[in-house]
Amino acid sequence: MKDFLLIFRADYTRLATLSDEERQAMTKRYIDWVSSIAANDSLVDRGNRLAPTGKVVSGTGDVVTNGPYTEIKEFIGGYSIIRAGSYEDAVALTKSSPVFELNGKIEIREITPI
Amino acid sequence: MHQQELIPHLFRTEFGRITAVLCKLFGFENINVAEDITSETFLAALDTWPYKGIPENPQAWLYTVAKNKAKNSLTRKQLFDQKISPAVQAEHPTEDVMEIDLTDRNISDSQLQMLFAVCHPSIPPEAQIGLALRILCGFGIDEIAHAFLSNKETINKRLLRAKEKLRAARVKMEFPPENELKARLQPVLTTLYLLFNEGYYSETENEILRKDLCDEAMRLLKMLIDYPLTNKPEVNALFALMCFQASRFAARKDKNGEIVLYEDQEESLWDKELITIGALHLNMAAQGSYLSKYHLEASIAYWHTIKADTPEKWENILYLYNHLLVIEYSPVAALNRTYALARVKGNEAAIAEAEKLNLTNNPFYHTLLGELYKDIDTLKAKEHLLNALRLAKTDTDKKTIYAKLEAL
Repeated sequence: MKDFLLIFRADYTRLATLSDEERQAMTKRYIDWVSSIAANDSLVDRGNRLAPTGKVVSGTGDVVTNGPYTEIKEFIGGYSIIRAGSYEDAVALTKSSPVFELNGKIEIREITPI
Repeated sequence: MHQQELIPHLFRTEFGRITAVLCKLFGFENINVAEDITSETFLAALDTWPYKGIPENPQAWLYTVAKNKAKNSLTRKQLFDQKISPAVQAEHPTEDVMEIDLTDRNISDSQLQMLFAVCHPSIPPEAQIGLALRILCGFGIDEIAHAFLSNKETINKRLLRAKEKLRAARVKMEFPPENELKARLQPVLTTLYLLFNEGYYSETENEILRKDLCDEAMRLLKMLIDYPLTNKPEVNALFALMCFQASRFAARKDKNGEIVLYEDQEESLWDKELITIGALHLNMAAQGSYLSKYHLEASIAYWHTIKADTPEKWENILYLYNHLLVIEYSPVAALNRTYALARVKGNEAAIAEAEKLNLTNNPFYHTLLGELYKDIDTLKAKEHLLNALRLAKTDTDKKTIYAKLEAL
């Protein structure tokens, strides 16, 4: 079994256009999806949402800019860590994630411990 | 109360109290001395009471005898010099060593400190439960062996090894410092949770013993609630959970001792008072932002105190199981969540989720699938129930599965 980081990328500005009911329904589908992974004993860390913006540090650490911004089409909105035997199995677990309803993508990266 | 009942009863209630107080005085490293003195005290009661009659105040009698034996033991030169004296003198330099404080206050303080001492993370949970039962609840080794479906030698060895480890870890009779309290409380709660479950689900046929295990878990937990520093939301949540579960004690067995499934239970036999107390503590648990698994389990148990099936009930239970699984996976929670899912979204949807669980060696997995397939595919239902029957470990489970097969 290996651990995989799921990175959720989507156009999160679409979230803002949803009604309260639609957003609640989406949260509910998110919980259904995560619980289904947890029920398979495949959830390592539920992870979290990420705030809509932050800071980007570059240079030798002294260049600090604002960003990234939600306007980006493939903005990273959150992450989770799952456990699976292979990339195929990991892909199967992402099925029916509500991020796809936002035309989003899930990037799957195997975690290789240092 | 008759003598035959009185002595075991006193043993249960007083053994832990006396041992804890003596152990606090002697230091945890001398726990065997404390246990021996307490045992001798009860032996003395068994020797004299049948001839002289039970004293008017048996508890005071036991305390007096225990005090005298402790004093004798302390003055027994060898022991005093080699083992206890340095420890006692260091801890109580100015106090009178002979003053053995058996006031209510010191008893409950000592018992709480003992609870933290035996639930020390340096020993495994089953050893913690064993020690708690022996030292805090006054259970005999044979009773503990019975409860764990094990034998006396194994239990004896386990307890001896655990005490050695605690001595090696220099565990003391004291409240954990406040900054460690939250972390140290966790194994204590786990032990009491397992102790309760041992009583609630144990396969031992001794019904009185099972009830005692549950009662003891609740009694010790109540002590944590009564002590301000440990009166935390998750402690109240766990207490609520136990109240809700225990409320069905009388209803879950019929006259012949056969298990009565939840759906078939006589609601009038449920203990309404316990349910009310549970609800009160669940309310008290609803403070702060930390959501423990006990909060979720207690809330699930709360919904089960309402017999009527409503969409609201099952939607709430499903939601709670979802959260519980995200906090901590367990096969039982995964299976129960799938059952709740069936009640909310129908059997077809639940079957798809159930088959993903892949717990093919678990009898309850097959029982669940047998239940879900019942009205969809009788052949598959039968196949799963036969698998369940093959894997079932207890007679009670086998009987339940057999009844389901018959009903297909």
